[in-house]
Amino acid sequence: MKVLVWIAEATWPACVDAVNDLFPDAEVTLLAALPGDLAEQASGARTGLWGRGSGRDPGVRVTEIAREATRQLLDAASQRLGRPATIVLREGRVEREVTAAAADAHILVLARDGDLSRLGPRSLDRHTRFVVDHAPCRVMLVWPGQAPGLASIPPPPPR
Amino acid sequence: MAGAEILAAVLLVAVLVFAVVRPRGLPEAVVAVPAALLVLVTGGIGWDGALQETGQLLPVVGFLAAVLVLSELCARDGLFEWAGQFMGRRSRGQPQRLLVLVFAVAAVTTTVLSLDATVVLLTPVVFATAARVGVRPRPHVYACTHIANGGSLLLPVSNLTNLLAMSALGIGFVQFGLVMLLPWLAVLVVEYLAFRWYFAGDLRLAAGAGDGSADDVPLPRFSAAVLALTLAGFVVASFVHVEVAWVAAVGALVLAVRAVAVRQVRVREVAGALNLPFLAFVLALGIVVKAVVDNGLADLMRHIVPGDDSLLALLGWAALAAVLANLVNNLPAVLILLPLAVGGGVGPALAVLIGVNVGPNLTYVGSLATLLWRRIVHAHDHEAPLMEFTWLGLLATPVAIVAAVLALWGSVQLFGGAL
Repeated sequence: MKVLVWIAEATWPACVDAVNDLFPDAEVTLLAALPGDLAEQASGARTGLWGRGSGRDPGVRVTEIAREATRQLLDAASQRLGRPATIVLREGRVEREVTAAAADAHILVLARDGDLSRLGPRSLDRHTRFVVDHAPCRVMLVWPGQAPGLASIPPPPPR
Repeated sequence: MAGAEILAAVLLVAVLVFAVVRPRGLPEAVVAVPAALLVLVTGGIGWDGALQETGQLLPVVGFLAAVLVLSELCARDGLFEWAGQFMGRRSRGQPQRLLVLVFAVAAVTTTVLSLDATVVLLTPVVFATAARVGVRPRPHVYACTHIANGGSLLLPVSNLTNLLAMSALGIGFVQFGLVMLLPWLAVLVVEYLAFRWYFAGDLRLAAGAGDGSADDVPLPRFSAAVLALTLAGFVVASFVHVEVAWVAAVGALVLAVRAVAVRQVRVREVAGALNLPFLAFVLALGIVVKAVVDNGLADLMRHIVPGDDSLLALLGWAALAAVLANLVNNLPAVLILLPLAVGGGVGPALAVLIGVNVGPNLTYVGSLATLLWRRIVHAHDHEAPLMEFTWLGLLATPVAIVAAVLALWGSVQLFGGAL
């Protein structure tokens, strides 16, 4: 069975642990996606300065640092997994890249990353919501840390 | 003189279009310097006028050059890496704490070393810090670019536009800071609240497993001390009526001599940090703009600029400046508006600064002209979702400008007598 794990800042350890608990024998791919807008933001701000600022484009530097940081994140995830895994690093619109990568997997493992203080739809951030809604395979949603209790669900509206 | 007037206007448009398009990455001066000479030769501006404009811009350009060198040498000495380490450790893995620290460090960097330093030197460090801490970098990187513009109100040295205004108004370094303190704080508060709301989702996720194993970066004491002394020198110089550009030049020279002596940097690289083509561009742009302003644009603008220095008038000046800065860029906008605003006193001139400094946050590239051009160039590049940047700007910028103008109005009432 092919399991694709979406490795994202802050929530990835919970995903890796879930894979080790539930799919100890699966063929695992660790995927991270780099958003393009951060480098564009830095590069755009530089453009606004016109010729100032030593001629360097901070967007290029941000992209370099981002690639390096994401590789380190994938390495850390790989170590935590503790067995061989395929490493994939994609760049572009994060939600689209993850969804596209899921086409080759049997199961996509990802974490809730919105409001984690209560159960409910807001526990999924915008991009994660897109992936869950569009994933072309089975999806496993992980709570990072302890899931809030049932009491966090508001009472039903009066009839 | 109608021919010369039209030619000056056409040349200004050509200079601005070239500065936005930058074919083959050529410096802006490539078109601006010949354009300025052409305006001179064809009588669009007299030699006296051009010399006067250049005389007024030279200390500004000298100041800018010194600050560019200062910030570059501080970066070489590791001051920004140290700031990154400081933010990372103090954040304790909490994204909301990190955002406060990024706001503070970006505001201080912008204030002391100008927005150029924040954009070019601090932004990559902030990204690396967020990655090292293990939190989502987006709010922090966006904060850097927003505070580079919005946080550049406090001191003349924070933004080239401020240097131009200080020179045009003839007010001192300390008085400038005194009047702009409240507007600066107002912008920071509005931007902070906007960030907390807009990035609430990203700021909720505490670090999963950050890498705490980074090397220890010591504070580069020499650079930090020279920077502090230079800042103190600005204050002293403004009291004894010495041109502050000289203080900046001495600070830059001290850092440069040491950096070359310890082989941190080569002389050629220091000269590169001076960025002579850009300085030539500022001087040339000043001449071309003055030709256009004196040959009719000023009369035309007088129909639309506010007439007094009431609160409503200040809001009008700031709005006009923000619109103009967004149409072209804040540098030509401030060159066009300052001569008109200075006649109305300190209030209108500083309101123009609020417009041209904070206004560029409306788009992430400083102006609509640049945004349009970038969209054309990157038409097939789907990596940069436009609305991702723009909503935050549309949300925070108008509110920040209004808050800053209100604060400015209060400041002028409070400190007006001291100016």
